[in-house]
This record gives sequence, structure tokens and C-alpha cells, in this order.
Amino acid sequence: MSILSADHLTKSYGSTVALHDASMSLQPGEILAVMGPSGSGKSTLLHCLAGIFTPDGGTVTFNGRDLAALSDRERTRLRRTDFGFVFQFGQLVPELTAVDNMALPLLLAGVRRRPAYDRAAAWFPRLGLTGLEGRRTGELSGGQAQRVAVGRALVTGPTVLFADEPTGALDSLTGENVMDLMVDTVRTEGTAVILVTHDARVAAHADRQITVRDGAVIAPEVHVA
Amino acid sequence: MNVPTTLLGLLEPEPSHGYELKRSYDSLFADNGRALSFGQLYGTLNRLERDGQIQVLGAAPGEGPDRKRYVITETGVAQVETWLAEPERPEPMLQATLFVKVVLALLSDRPAAKYLDTQRDAHLERMRELTAMRKAGPLSRTILADFGLFHLEADLRWIDMTTARLDQLRNEITR
Repeated sequence: MSILSADHLTKSYGSTVALHDASMSLQPGEILAVMGPSGSGKSTLLHCLAGIFTPDGGTVTFNGRDLAALSDRERTRLRRTDFGFVFQFGQLVPELTAVDNMALPLLLAGVRRRPAYDRAAAWFPRLGLTGLEGRRTGELSGGQAQRVAVGRALVTGPTVLFADEPTGALDSLTGENVMDLMVDTVRTEGTAVILVTHDARVAAHADRQITVRDGAVIAPEVHVA
Repeated sequence: MNVPTTLLGLLEPEPSHGYELKRSYDSLFADNGRALSFGQLYGTLNRLERDGQIQVLGAAPGEGPDRKRYVITETGVAQVETWLAEPERPEPMLQATLFVKVVLALLSDRPAAKYLDTQRDAHLERMRELTAMRKAGPLSRTILADFGLFHLEADLRWIDMTTARLDQLRNEITR
């Protein structure tokens, strides 16, 4: 039984077709790489799966529920608690410290300040960030900032992590270290991952891959619904 | 794999018996090729000795080649030095087999893109295996796996570029 699936999605921007009959599914705890060249539609697919974009046609199902049937409020709550997000860069609030950033999703989800900060602080040793709690994000290296972003994405205990080129702004070695840490952590937590990347070395951390080309999904094997 | 020079390199730090050399070779390099057979080992050592790159330091009493201890000579050290310092010849620019398959597929109107997709999946499968190997360590294995990963990544870039230009290529070769 898949945790998240897309069935026959279509999405256009004006006359440009971004997704054309795209279908895929994600199993619980699975890491799925979504590959494809720039402009292939892979980021649009991610945004539709995460409920950020509404597809023109087709359905996205999370935990047996059609995302289109949810109210805006329910979708927002889903994105705050059941989904986590890591992007290439620019996702941390620069005016806040590392621990403020890590605690933010919990505070937004209604967790009280003290337990939110306790939970956030507990992630720092897991991510090799001990001692950096009070640093502003501008004072962190690229790899440290991306580890904070991974922690921030996972602090609410999401079912699915959406990672869009998570190491795209890092050098090879730092990127590998962040990927190793992210993969180890999601394996421990049992979090499923949609990993969008054009980098084969990053995709090789996944359990399997699909390729998006011209808005359609090319899967190497028949997926199990 | 340059087995003679590799054995010289293993022998350089200190004199060693043949079986110790084989053990070192297999533990370090057997992932990168095949384990060294005793026949190949002693055949190579005999040639290195004949060519003056190693000498027998002394043989313990008894029969058999394992009684011999070998030491590298100055000629042998020079050979290791030259081999290490000299860049390896880069592989041919095109992946000959895949290139031939793509061209033949286009000429015969077969699905070249599908063949390349299948090749990409096979490459990614191998990359997943190597990623698991590099994560398991130790560092020497990690670095060996990285070598394979970067080369497979280069192949994949070629596959992606070729996939994106199949229509152009078809027009060119079927003109």
C-alpha cells in the first residue's frame, strides 16, 4: 500500500505542458529519486505531490485521502506536520539562530515554546551540530546550514520528506556528507523521501528512481499501487 | 591493472614473502579485479627478479617458493616512481559499444531512447551498490567506490546528452 501516489496528473502553465499523464507511487519509508533534465516537470511533480500546486487533472493521494478533497486549512496542516521540505538553499530565516530555525515548524504547529525548543535542541547532536545552536544561519558553513535545514524538515516527525536538489549548492564531499546524514536519519525515523535531483550520485542514495521526461514519468519497473 | 608494478609498490616499504604479498594485494585490490593466483604471483616475482627489480634477500631452510624473502632494488623503486608519476592514458572519448547501439537503433528505427533508459537504470543500479560500499567503509573502500561512481556518473551524462539529441542524430545519420 503506497503512502503517497499520483495518478494521471496533468498540469500546464499557459500553453506550456509541465505534466502530462504522470503517475507514480511512494511506499512507506522508501527513498525515491525523481530524476530528469531541467524543465522536464520534476519540480512541478514534487509541488503537486506536496499539495503546493493543484494539478489541472488527475489525483494525488496521501494516506488514502485525495489532496484535492482537503480544505486549504487541512492542506496547510498536512504540509506543516506530515510533510517536511529541504531545498537547495535559502530556506532558513537569516535573522534567527539555528535552534530558532529548527524550532520554528514546531511552534507553527502549535507546540509550546519550551517543549518545542527542547525537541529542536535534541536534533543538534544527531546532526553533528553540537555547540552551533545559538549561531545565526549566516555564521554557518553551507554544509552546516543544510544540516540545520534537514533537522528543521524532520523535527515534526513527518511521514514524507520532500528534498529538491538538497545538496545542489554544496561541493562534492560536503554534499556526500549531508546526503549520508540525511539518509541515515530518515532510515532511523522511517520517513519516506521524494528526492528530486539531476545528480546521479545523489540519486544513488535512493532505493529506486523514476525519470520525468517531457512531463511524463518513466519508471524502470511497474510500481505497486 | 599493472600487476608487476603493483607488487613492486607493495614490496617497497619492507621485504616480504610471496604469500604476504598476495594477502596484501588481495585485501587491497581484489575488489578492483580478480584475486591474484599463486601461479601469477610467483611467475611475476620470477620475472621481476630476472629483470633486476627485486632480489631474494635470503631463503629459510626447506623447500618451496614461500621460503624466499624478496626486497625491492633501486631499479624497482625507479619503476614504481615512474609509474606513479605518469598519468594514465584517458579512455577513448566515446563509449564505443553504446555509441554503436544507438546508431544501429536509429538506423533500423528501433527505440534508441528505450535502450538508453535501460542502460541508465543499469548504471544507477550499480551506483546504488557502490554507494552502499562507500558508506560501509573503511576509507580505502570508500575512495575506491568513489572512483567507480564518478566514472559511472560521466557515462550517465553522456547517456542523458545523447538521449536529448536523438532526434538530431537520427536526422544526421539517416539523411
